[in-house]
Amino acid sequence: MNMPFYVAPEQMMKDRADYARKGIARGRALVAVQFDDGILLVAENPSNMLRKISEIYDRIAFAGVGKYNEFDQLRRFGVRNADVKGYSYSRDDVEARSLANDYAQILGQTFTHEVKPLEVEILIAEVGPTPAEDQLFHILYDGTLVDEKGMSVLGGDADAIGERLGTTWWATDDLATALAKCAAALAGPDRRIASDDTEVAVLSRSNGRRCFARVDDDRVRSVLGA
Amino acid sequence: MRVPLFTSAGDPGSSFTDLLKMVGLDPFAVAEGVDGVVSAPHGTTVLALRYADGVVMAGDRRATMGTRIANREMEKVVPADRHSGVAISGTAGVAMDMIKLFQLQLEHYEKIDGRPISLEGKANQLSQMIKANLGAAMQGLAVIPIFAGYDVIRNTGRLWDFDITGGRYEEREFVATGSGGGPASTVLKVGYRPGQTADQAIELACRALWEAAEVDSATGGPDLQRGIYPIVATISADGWKPVSESDLASVFERLVSSQRDVRGALS
Repeated sequence: MNMPFYVAPEQMMKDRADYARKGIARGRALVAVQFDDGILLVAENPSNMLRKISEIYDRIAFAGVGKYNEFDQLRRFGVRNADVKGYSYSRDDVEARSLANDYAQILGQTFTHEVKPLEVEILIAEVGPTPAEDQLFHILYDGTLVDEKGMSVLGGDADAIGERLGTTWWATDDLATALAKCAAALAGPDRRIASDDTEVAVLSRSNGRRCFARVDDDRVRSVLGA
Repeated sequence: MRVPLFTSAGDPGSSFTDLLKMVGLDPFAVAEGVDGVVSAPHGTTVLALRYADGVVMAGDRRATMGTRIANREMEKVVPADRHSGVAISGTAGVAMDMIKLFQLQLEHYEKIDGRPISLEGKANQLSQMIKANLGAAMQGLAVIPIFAGYDVIRNTGRLWDFDITGGRYEEREFVATGSGGGPASTVLKVGYRPGQTADQAIELACRALWEAAEVDSATGGPDLQRGIYPIVATISADGWKPVSESDLASVFERLVSSQRDVRGALS
């Protein structure tokens, strides 16, 4: 009879966490910051088709880093959840907090019970009627839910990027200024990110019912250069 | 109501209706134990016509229940998304639900799939919803919409009308449905000019509603006392644009004075 090897729970969790972290660190990072008209999301993303940032609902956006198929499945879950909730109750009842809780549950369950943890980190951003009511929920691969204030960094090298951004970012910056600062923080001191390799979107308070909008390539190029 | 994290085999894709069925909220479920025909408020005359840069949609504001006016300011013509609109005659409650579901379906698809449905695809979606409603329609809860919009692939305005079974017919010039649809169609047919301007098309739409309200008691004319005017909107490459109440007021003022000129004050 084969006896399975004993693995201490601490070791098992550590192995899983290392595995997930490695997967996430391979991908490129993403930042979200408040600016004067809402929330700006900037990702380093060479693809024009496979999106890291998307619309969930009127005031809510989704951003994910790590393994594309995994965070895209989570994105669809968010859109479906929000649309069904808005359909059966009211559009006013759809909020980022409960969605972030659902995500934390899914990621936490998968981390402890499945063979393989999800190699993703996601962000649920909600733009409020005033800047004080803006919300950024950062959810890690193991279901840890962090309510962040003003700015959030996801993906590999997040600490260094967060430090760079923290010294320059200001919540009252306009779109162009905030975008330039985000791109500089993502790139670091030794390189520059081409505007084609960025994906930029906003949750804008002045955008009507659907606050989410992608910032088009021409606008990004005019700020970051070619 | 609980939305699961679907695996690839059970994934409902970008269909919002399928998703609702999977979570137990089938929007077209027919209530059991309902026999015979149900009486509910009805919405009446709606129309759409093409002009040089797109389409004009219009509808009166009245909902009736038998001979009673159930509502004076119902909005039967609404944007479906940025480049299309839907106008509904028929059972008001069912129609409003169908519009809500249709708007959600277009937005849901756009969010899941990352791009909007083509204009023809939207018309097709609406016809599937009407077909799904056939059970309720047989109980007297029929909905007959008009769908119109600006086709961003072909750069032109297009419009469709439907029958109770979901049959979908593209029209080249104009369409009017509802209890006042007959007189409205006649006015549109006489006044329609290919390539007319937006202002001409708006005026023609208002005239058609006016004539429909003259002969059909279920169609409401402009209500000057309460300041309620029909809903009129244009859809062009720039998207859905409602005509303002003050513009409509002046269009109807011109209509009234031209009638006076022709027939005298008491006609």
